[in-house]
Formats: sequence, structure tokens, C-alpha cells
Amino acid sequence: MGEYVLEMNNIVKVFPGVKALDGVTLKVRPGTVHALMGENGAGKSTLMKCLFGIYHEDGGEIILDGKKENINTSKQALELGVSMIHQELHPIAYRPVMENIWLGRFPMKGIAVDHKKMYKQTKELFKKIELDIDPAALAGTLSASQLQLVEIAKAVSYNSKVIIMDEPTSSLTENEVEHLFKIINQLRSEGRSIIYISHKMEEILKISDEVTIMRDGTYVGTWPSAELTTDLIINRMVGRDLTNRFPPKTYKTSDEPIMEVNNLTATNPKSFKDVTFTLRKGEILGIGGLVGAQRTELVEAIFGLRGIESGTIKVHGEDYKAKSVADAKKHKIALLTEERRATGIFGVLSVLDNTVIASQKNYAHMGVLQGAKRREAAVTSNKKLNTKTASMETLIKNLSGGNQQKVLLARWLLTDPDILILDEPTRGIDVGAKYEIYTIMQSLAAQGKAIIMISSEMPELLGMSDRVMVMSAGRNAGILNKEDADQVEVMRLATKYLES
Amino acid sequence: MEEKSMSFKKFYTSFTIIGAVIAIFGVIFHFLQTSNGWKKLYDLPWFIVIIGVFIAGYSIFKNLTNKNEDAVVDMSSRAIKMFFLNNGIKIALGIMVIIIMIIEPNFMKLKVLRDILAQASPRMIIALGICFTLLIAGTDLSACRMVGLAAVISASMMQNPDYANRFFPDLPHLPVIVPIILAILACMIFGLLNGFLVARFDMHPFIATLATQVIIYGACSLYFDMPPNNSQPIGGIRSDFSAIGQTLLWKDKLPSNIGGIPILIPIALLFIIVIWFVLNKTVFGKNVYAIGGNREAAVVSGINVPMTIVGIFVLASALYGVGGVLEAARTAGATNNYGVGYELDAIAACVVGGVSLNGGVGKVSGIIIGVLIFTIIQYGLQFIGVNAMWQQVIKGVIIAVAVAIDLSKYRGK
Repeated sequence: MGEYVLEMNNIVKVFPGVKALDGVTLKVRPGTVHALMGENGAGKSTLMKCLFGIYHEDGGEIILDGKKENINTSKQALELGVSMIHQELHPIAYRPVMENIWLGRFPMKGIAVDHKKMYKQTKELFKKIELDIDPAALAGTLSASQLQLVEIAKAVSYNSKVIIMDEPTSSLTENEVEHLFKIINQLRSEGRSIIYISHKMEEILKISDEVTIMRDGTYVGTWPSAELTTDLIINRMVGRDLTNRFPPKTYKTSDEPIMEVNNLTATNPKSFKDVTFTLRKGEILGIGGLVGAQRTELVEAIFGLRGIESGTIKVHGEDYKAKSVADAKKHKIALLTEERRATGIFGVLSVLDNTVIASQKNYAHMGVLQGAKRREAAVTSNKKLNTKTASMETLIKNLSGGNQQKVLLARWLLTDPDILILDEPTRGIDVGAKYEIYTIMQSLAAQGKAIIMISSEMPELLGMSDRVMVMSAGRNAGILNKEDADQVEVMRLATKYLES
Repeated sequence: MEEKSMSFKKFYTSFTIIGAVIAIFGVIFHFLQTSNGWKKLYDLPWFIVIIGVFIAGYSIFKNLTNKNEDAVVDMSSRAIKMFFLNNGIKIALGIMVIIIMIIEPNFMKLKVLRDILAQASPRMIIALGICFTLLIAGTDLSACRMVGLAAVISASMMQNPDYANRFFPDLPHLPVIVPIILAILACMIFGLLNGFLVARFDMHPFIATLATQVIIYGACSLYFDMPPNNSQPIGGIRSDFSAIGQTLLWKDKLPSNIGGIPILIPIALLFIIVIWFVLNKTVFGKNVYAIGGNREAAVVSGINVPMTIVGIFVLASALYGVGGVLEAARTAGATNNYGVGYELDAIAACVVGGVSLNGGVGKVSGIIIGVLIFTIIQYGLQFIGVNAMWQQVIKGVIIAVAVAIDLSKYRGK
């Protein structure tokens, strides 16, 4: 084995009209964790897809174990010892976990699948990485974080030399991240290499040995992690100085309550219970908590998407029943959902259609649309948010994550909400776009709008919120003022009602 | 890779010129034909004129609607390849038509074109209805039976008073509009049932409309079997009713090589315009695309999804009803087996025209092309004497090939 287990030299990949990769180099040493960083659209995923045989590079070479390889299919990549854990998981929900893992290479007994052996193999595999999941459980019954760990187990089962992890912690809680790091350390000590893609600086600095940074499809450089700091990484990623990750607060919050939630309890007994809080005009109220704290469920119920068993909500002092989305919109509440792709964008529709869909009635007379008015609304609101798109007719699925998020924000701003609920507004968005979204949030608060922001990223939660409400096992564990909120306090509250 | 491009304006202006040249050439050709007596070429010059005018008109329209001054047209080899991929089925159709014209020069008659359009008209209306259900990633298997139902109901009340075998022997003379409305209303009731099953129970449209299809056929047969008719084909249709499907407009004013325009063509045109408007210019239409594009996101956006779904199925059934009435009028008769297979033809036409079964994608222009392709091929193959069994084989191959080409656009590595 040479110095590197994997060398990708001068990789070029061209899509119609775009040069997605322009001479990118990635060299990974055996037995190391190699972080790959860059803003969204920098080409990290494209590079990894070339390695994993999903795309074929238009130029450059891939050398595995000193041998030049031409990888055309994912199957081939797996056979060559490269496995990939995708950012978005697509398990076969109605099949057992073990079948998901061994799909395509089931242990056989004659012409029949040997389920007993499969079960045993899976059990052993899980034991190795300390995963406590029944191999026969249906994949659909697992939580997102469990699935992530199962995916990792699958990668381990291929006995891969190189494991690509694309944002593996985006749906994990802090404890689970610790668990993941333990697994990664174990893999590293076995001599495997891990290519680790993440936006989370703290994680990168903690787990990785080397960092390769990309920008706009080009190679910026590779550095040992020990020589890097968060600021240095950000600098090199964006190619400009970004002294502050959060814009300075310039607005003043009032004490005037805009929404009062009293003892709200969900119809689903496993969901939130007895939640009470007040939202004030012109403030950003952060909601923190672990995965499973029912934060999304709470705001979806307030938005009329889920059943409410008991409790009251008052908006502007008036009773609000939260029976439907139409009801919520009437009370000037807007919700930017957590799952951008699943419940946010209409991928096959244009930016224009996507922007105006929630406020369509404003540009219609007796059900007939007024094209010019509609277009103008979409153009102005996207311009305000600095959305980058080739035209209003571009399909939204062709935009980067950050720009998609801005279109969604534009969509809801067009409904002219007083209360804007943002569920993980910057998930999977690059640093530059994040900063822009923060600025937008602050300017909305300055206009007197109230914002509820659910965030699982501690720095964001602490940096952006005027107050932080922490939820634990479906209950409000406490509300912290900005001055009192720190990581330790939030974590203490987040685990308050957890049964151990 | 070399990047070639051309300004949008220049590109389409050159096409306007090319179109004009072709049209003028057609006119000159026509005069040459009359002076030289090239009878064998029939109306070929006029076809050339039509093609020329179409190219010129389309490019002028493109230029007028273009808002971006700096737009360019990608002329790289890749873009040209994409063009052929995108329009493969249309090009194949063109080649086929030329082959048919060479084998049977009779095909080069304006009357043939007219008959094809007339034949396509009822199918067009049915396809326009079914496209709504496809746009929300659904389907509608009950379309065929609704056509039959509307045909039977309307025909049963529109028989001549002196016809021996009347469905309702004592029925007074009804205005034509009454049975038409009754027939369409009957369809809409079943459309409501479709919509209710899909929206209220979240039933897959395939199953919901399958159930409705069977119910409608049963109900229609019961009606058809009522004494004194006892399942006899309905005949003796009043001429004022059959006129809706058979009238030739401007029969005396147009030159003899056209000989009048079947009224079905303007009727279909009217529905094309209405449906285009509904899909592109109304809140309802936008909601249809949104529900098909991402149902969950549509719910979150505050769209009333159940109501929209009910609306879709009711609107679609009304269109099938219209199709059924036209079929009864065109053939001056009806049985309970009218319309069999129409739903699959309509779905195939939509899909060939680029409507995605995954929902959210599809245009009226595509549906027009889809319907025309099927009609032209059926008519053309009959014209050159290909037997019916081979016609079926060819039709199936076209569906598979067209959709394969369409899908390969999206794959590309």
C-alpha cells in the first residue's frame, strides 16, 4: 500500500451549462478521517458521486490502492472497497432491517434466502458497533438516527477500505454523535479511511485528521486538522472574511405578546403535553431540544397540521383553534417546514409557481390568475431575499439548497405573516446562505414580526434567539433568556424529562 | 467542449424567414400544379403552405413572448442531440406520414387532414379530462364507461317520434340541450363518487375509479335493459341531435377539396382553449400542478387538497360526458358498450404527449400532439391497408418507444 489509499486527481465533471468540478484533487491516507468541506454547490457531493460510480467523471483519474480504476456503477465501487452513506436515506420501509443491509447479496441456502444466517450476521455486525436494534424490525419503524447508524453498519459490512459519510450527523442528537464518533474511531483504528462531509465545524475539528476544502467546483487545498480553526476553514471555504457567523442584533424586542399558548396537549399521547409559552412581538424565540422532543410536532399543531387534544392558543388576544392550514393563514401564521424536499418544494414546478403557491388568491380575481401581478410578487420577494436563479421559470429542483430555502421563505413572506415559524431553517445550507437567512430573520423581527425558530444546532440556537425554550420529551422544560442561555444549561433542560 | 450559441431573436427570426419561404414556395408550387396539371400530387402544395405558415407563426410567437432580451439558444452538439431526443416522437411521426404519402399519394388531401382532425376531436376532449387525474399522479379508469353512459342517456331521449323501437315511447319532444345536460350531470355524479372515494378515504385513484367503472357499467346496462328497449342498440336518432356530431360547416363556401369543416373540430378547439385556460390561468389549475408535484407540500401551503381532488374528478367526468354525447351524435346511436378502451387510449395519448404518471408534469400542447399521433397513425395505417391486428402491434410499440425516449431525457449520467 502506498502513501494514499485513494487518490482522485484533477477530476473534471461537466453538466449542461455548468462545470461542476474543475480539476479537484482528493488524497486520502489509510486509517484516517478525511474531512471534505465547502459551501453547498461547491461540488462535494458531485465529487463523491464520481467516486461512488453514480456519475462518471469527464476528466482526471481515480486511483485506489495504487491502481487506476474506472468506476462505472455503485456495485463496482462497493466491490472495490468504497461505500457511501448518503445524506438522505431511502430505506425500504416495509422490509426488515437485515434485508435492507444485505440487499443484493443475501446469504443463500441453495436457491432460497437463508434468513437465519442473515439474522445472525446482522446481529454480529450490530454487536461490533454497539448497536441495539432488532435485525428483524421493519426499517420503517426506526428513527432517522437509528437508520443512519444502520447505514453505517451496512458500510462496515462491505468491509470497505474507504467509507464516504455525507452529513452523517444531520439527524443525530449529541449523544448519538458521540456514539458515531466512537464507531468512526474504531473503524479508523482498523485501518479504514473515512471521507467525512459535514457543515459542522466543531465536529470536523474534533474527528478529522485532514481537511480538504473546495470552493465553486475547484480545489482550494488540504491541511492537517491540527493547523485549522473554525475561522480559517470558513475563510477558505467562502474565499472571503466572515468575521461573524451571526449578524449583530440591531432590533429591539417589545414585551407585547402576540401569541399565547396555554397547556397545549397533542391528540397523539406520545407527542407534546401541557406546553405553555408566550411569543412576543419582534422577537426570535428559539426552540431547542433533542431529536424526539416533539418540537416539530408542536409547531405543526400550531399550524393546523396535527390534532390538538386540549389547551388553548390565543393570537392577538383572540382564541385560535388551529384546525387547518387555512385557519393558520387567516391568523397570519406561516410555517417553513423541516423537510425541505418532502414538504416544502414542488420540485417539478418553477421558481415562480413555488413562490406564489401559498398566496395565490391574492393574485386572482374569481379564481382567474392575474399573470403580471403574480409574477411581480414573485420577482420582488425573491429579489428581497437575494435568491439566485437563472429565471423565474427555472425548476426549483435545479437550485441549490440555500436558494430553495430562500424561495420557500419568499413564499411565506408573501402571505404577510405576523408569526413566522421556522423549523430548522438552515439545515443543509452553506455558510454564506446561512448568514443571509439570519439577516433576513433579524430584519423581520425588526419589522415587528415574531419568529419561532427550531434549531438543533447549538451555536445557531444560542446565537440567534432572544429567548430559548427547551423541550424535553414533549414538555416545555424551561425558557432561558439570552443572557442565561448556554450550551450546558440547554443540555441540562433538554434531558430534564428523559426517562433513563 | 466547444460552446456554440446564437441569440434567441436571431434564431427565431431566421425560422420566421424559413417558414415564409416554405409557404411562398407552396403557393408557387400550387400555381405550377394547376398550370401543369400534376394531378398525382393532390393537395401537397397546400400542406407545404400549412407547414410554412406554422413554422413562421410559431417563431413569431416565440419572439413576441420572449421577455429576456439577452436570451441565447444553445447550439452545441449536445443541445442538438437533446432537441432530437425531445422531439423524437414528432420527427418519427413526420417520417411515417411521408412514407404513407409515398405509398398512397391519396393521403395528400386536405380532406384527409380534415377527417383526421374530426376523428381526433372526441378523443381530445376525453384526453383533456383524463389529464387532470394524471396530473395529480392518479388515473381514471372509469372514463370509458362514463362515455358509454352519456351516450346511452342522451341517445335514449333523442329518438324520432315515429321510430318504431323508442326507448321512451311516450316521451314528448325535448329540446336538444336537456338530454345533453342530463347525460353530463349523470357523469358528474359518478365523478363526484370518484373524487369522494379518493379524497375522503385516500384511496388510490386506480382502485377508486376501477370500482366506479364497474358500478357505472352495471348501472348503464340496467338502464339500457329497461323495457321496452331490452338492450337493443338505440337508433332512430333525431337529426337535430346528430347534427352536433355530423354537421359540416361552410359546406358551400369552402373550395371543393375541403368540402366543409366538421363541427367537431371547433367544439374540440373550444375545449382545448378552456382547459388550457383552467390549467394555466386559474388558481384551481395551479393547485392541480402543486398537488401532483408534491402533495405534502401542497397541504402545508394551505391548499384545500380534498376539495381540489373532488373538483378534478368532477371536471374530468363532465368532459367524458361531453365526449360521450358527441360520440352518440356522431354515430347517431348508442349501446352500453360505447367508449370501451377509450380510457386507455386517452392515458396513452397523454403519456406519449409528455404527461408524467408521477404527477405535476404535463401540458395541453403535449396532449394535443399525443392524441394527434394516435389518430394519424391509426388513420394512416388503415389508409395504406395495414390490417387491424398489425395496427394494434404498432400502437403498442409506439407507446413503449415514446415513453422510453421521454424518460431517457431525465436520466443521463
